[in-house]
Amino acid sequence: MSIFKRSNPFLAVHYLLLSLAAFLVLFPPYVVFLNAFKGTEEYNVSGVFDLPDSFFNMENFETVMRIGHMGRAFWNTSLILVLALIGNIIIGTMAAYALGRFEFKLKKAILGGYVLATLIPSVTTQVATFSIVKELGLFNTHMAPVLLYLGTDVVQIYIFLQFIRGIPFDLDESAMMEGASLARIFRSVIFPLLMPATATVTIIKTISIYNDMYIPYLYMPAQKLGVVSTSLMKFAGVNSAQWNLISAAVVIILIPTVIMYLFLQRYIFSGIVSGSVK
Amino acid sequence: MYSSIYKKQKMIVLFTFLLLPVTLLILFSLYPGVMLLYLSFTSWDGYSAAKGWVGIDNYREIFRNSEIFSVFSHNLYYFFGGIIQNIIALYFAVVLNKKLRGRNMYRMLIFLPYIMNSVAIAYMFSYVYDSQHGSLNALLTAVGLDNLITSWLGNKHTVNISLAFISMWKYLGFNMVIYIGALQSIPDDLYEAALIDGANERQSFFYITWPSILKIVELSMLLTVTGALEVFDLPFVMTKGGPAGASDTFVTKTVDTAFHYSNYGLASAMGVVLLVIVIAVITIQRKFILREEKG
Repeated sequence: MSIFKRSNPFLAVHYLLLSLAAFLVLFPPYVVFLNAFKGTEEYNVSGVFDLPDSFFNMENFETVMRIGHMGRAFWNTSLILVLALIGNIIIGTMAAYALGRFEFKLKKAILGGYVLATLIPSVTTQVATFSIVKELGLFNTHMAPVLLYLGTDVVQIYIFLQFIRGIPFDLDESAMMEGASLARIFRSVIFPLLMPATATVTIIKTISIYNDMYIPYLYMPAQKLGVVSTSLMKFAGVNSAQWNLISAAVVIILIPTVIMYLFLQRYIFSGIVSGSVK
Repeated sequence: MYSSIYKKQKMIVLFTFLLLPVTLLILFSLYPGVMLLYLSFTSWDGYSAAKGWVGIDNYREIFRNSEIFSVFSHNLYYFFGGIIQNIIALYFAVVLNKKLRGRNMYRMLIFLPYIMNSVAIAYMFSYVYDSQHGSLNALLTAVGLDNLITSWLGNKHTVNISLAFISMWKYLGFNMVIYIGALQSIPDDLYEAALIDGANERQSFFYITWPSILKIVELSMLLTVTGALEVFDLPFVMTKGGPAGASDTFVTKTVDTAFHYSNYGLASAMGVVLLVIVIAVITIQRKFILREEKG
């Protein structure tokens, strides 16, 4: 067996399989990318794998932006994303400080509540959640998804809680020696030290909120409140089988996350790892 | 832990810091859970004020109507897909954890689908699978496998495999990155010691790597099972459960029952059944892990 280690005949097999995986990953986006640049007449006569006449043909993208109201969709998504992120960070750090630094009667119950919340598949409780959102008068407002992202997705609490346990308590104590209030300790000591966890939460939440379709679909059906996911669904529904247009819409929606991914790759990997091993 | 000056402050901090998070948790997570349980015993239609109590009729309906429970057989495709996905992900993780030329590029590529918008992925693959214009059929023609050409999403024998493949395509990289994270937490000197003792690659995998990552493998399997039980967006966007219900999953069926047929009572009962199954799976898994630790 040991002779294999030096020459490593497996290496060729590894590369073969890796290349196959790379091909399978890139095949669907590649085809979409090619056809996004083809005008309707050109599309009808060309093969799926043919290169477009010109990669500068922006006609489809303009159509998608105009008819699919993509500008508005990006605005709605960004608004929800920013509000939900701010809320997630404030709520997550505060809850983690209270739960991670103090002993009190209800602590076990609250932690248990969070565990229970992760077990409940949120798609199935929408029937009940729907009536609550309606009664609060939040149906068809931006606040419906914002609050739902804050209230039902509790991964961020775990990330902050896990991280706060690694911050030595000596820091709190020395601040107390100097007479700092607890609120002050949170603001000036704990919150800044939670920064790496905040970065992780920001990355994970951005991906999940940008990619979510179901919550906006159910709670903001109004035309002017479309986010990127729901706008794409509407656009593709109306223009079904016009694959060149749908391809352009798909490309427009994929670009922001792919660019973010290229730049923040390392942080996304470590964020994913710490977010899942809670 | 805290001197008396901080006693009062502590109460204030606990109250103000936890009020909002706990309110949101109760309002949007726990209370809907309780409501779901209550509604499952009613015949509520989703809009009228009256919520007629029907006892366990809804549950009886679920277990009696073979059509409802049989959709779980469609979820099985995603479960088996998930298992294959875990095996491939672990393989790539082990390979890409070595010093290998271009490993960063492969890592980046294989993970790429995970960050993509799920609706965009759905339409991208609708295009791949399209019977006339689709690139899969074009590819098959190009390599001379014309006899395999079919309407991938319109054929009840291929629709679930086609959908489950997308799920694998999307989550493989995620799985792989988790496994790489686990592999990197294994100290190098263990492998060095094994090398000195004359262990080969296969032996160091089964005696060092595998036991160290077993916990993560179990966690992944748990996610695979619950993920397969809760599959929703791919069939919802791509096939609407078609052709003729062949790609319905338990959750698309639940959503349809509530929002399409306005049978919120029955849909709630289906939600409760799913919740019970998920909790049962998690409990069994926990017991299984605990027993292993004792042994």
